[in-house]
Amino acid sequence: MNKGFAFLAGGLVALAMAGTAIGGSHEDKAAGAAQSAREAQMGLYAFNLGLLGDMAKGTVPYDAAAAQAAASNLAALTALDQSRLWPEGSDEMSIETRAKAEIWDNMDDFMTKGDDLMKAAAAMADVAGNGLEAVQGQIGAVGGACGACHKAYRAPEN
Amino acid sequence: MRFLRWIILLGVLGALAAWMVSAPRPLPDDALAGLTGDAARGKAVFDAGGCASCHAAEGAEGSARLVLSGGRAFASPFGTFHAPNISSDPQAGIGGWSARDLANAMMRGVSPEGAHYYPAFPYTSYTRATTQDVVDLHAYLATLPADATPNRLHDLGFPFNIRRTLGFWKWLYLDDSWIVDGDLTAQEERGRYLAEALGHCGECHTPRGPLGGLDTANWLAGAPNPSGRGTIPNITPGGLDWSAVDIAAYLETGFTPEYDSAGGHMAEVVQNFAQLTDADRQAVAAYLKRVAARP
Repeated sequence: MNKGFAFLAGGLVALAMAGTAIGGSHEDKAAGAAQSAREAQMGLYAFNLGLLGDMAKGTVPYDAAAAQAAASNLAALTALDQSRLWPEGSDEMSIETRAKAEIWDNMDDFMTKGDDLMKAAAAMADVAGNGLEAVQGQIGAVGGACGACHKAYRAPEN
Repeated sequence: MRFLRWIILLGVLGALAAWMVSAPRPLPDDALAGLTGDAARGKAVFDAGGCASCHAAEGAEGSARLVLSGGRAFASPFGTFHAPNISSDPQAGIGGWSARDLANAMMRGVSPEGAHYYPAFPYTSYTRATTQDVVDLHAYLATLPADATPNRLHDLGFPFNIRRTLGFWKWLYLDDSWIVDGDLTAQEERGRYLAEALGHCGECHTPRGPLGGLDTANWLAGAPNPSGRGTIPNITPGGLDWSAVDIAAYLETGFTPEYDSAGGHMAEVVQNFAQLTDADRQAVAAYLKRVAARP
């Protein structure tokens, strides 16, 4: 009887542990996938910003159609749905990332900062085809929106 | 017996000398004679000096960055420093200060009561500021909102909690001469003023010795991050190969030449420098090209 009980209990514990392990690997996979997607998205931001920024600096000649295309891309990218991008357990304590744990403590503020970037990028898309001065006038606001989030929520490079 | 007397005499003389060396040294009474403050010019001093980065509340954005209630904490090997309230509140802040009080604080690290400030407050850089800029800043600070948040005491261990000891530290490290010397253009001199005096770039980008003094032989050559993670980059020509155009653009937008963006405390610096003129950002870039290259 006792032995039977111990066996049953042991079996339950083993099952529970297996369940945790399976659950854990699912979470790890989701966190890793989200982390890759975040980096990919940041890479696409940089690719499109790069053209606008280089034009604003004067290192690449201004071209209205190219500027408009890059700005429209950026606006579209910043408007992508983010609901799967920041799962629990994808912070710097859990995985290899620079996303600070404070993001999950201040998710509303974090999302507001994301909205601010979306607005700044939309404003850039509204004017990017109108001439170099328009791009130069708006690039600082886009940079400011990137910086506002990185200031609070990105850990330093190791 | 006579020998003992000599020892005592020497001890007393030594203590007296130590007391004199460690004494706070305010500016001469007439240091600001004939100067009047211009608040509009003072705003540029405020932005270049990065006052809001430390004296506004943690996470403050927009107009809240102009409420200088203090409270940000700075960890160091000596303990944790808390930035004080420098709002225009006459009790909790510095609304009751004269321009000379502000000049003594910024240029000599001395409080209106005659005590030493800890160099977490970068008077080691501000000491190079012009008195006119300090007077203009004083006029501008008076226009900012008052806030009643009380100051938090620094959290320091012995002997660092004895302010008088800072007199020796200042004797070693408080020096208002320029680091980058020699023949500079007017633009490079302006950049030097912004970087070495108001912008206090060296406070983070230059490594420190065991007593916390800046190792000026390795000026701007990079240092460990006081937050404990990562490093503050080398921004001498030996570490930063960006063009002057790239540097000036970074100081406006935070975008690196690869279009990564500034984070952490440097995002604050960019936020402040974005308020300055193109000419000032270009001047800092020109200055950085004149700093001695370090690997």
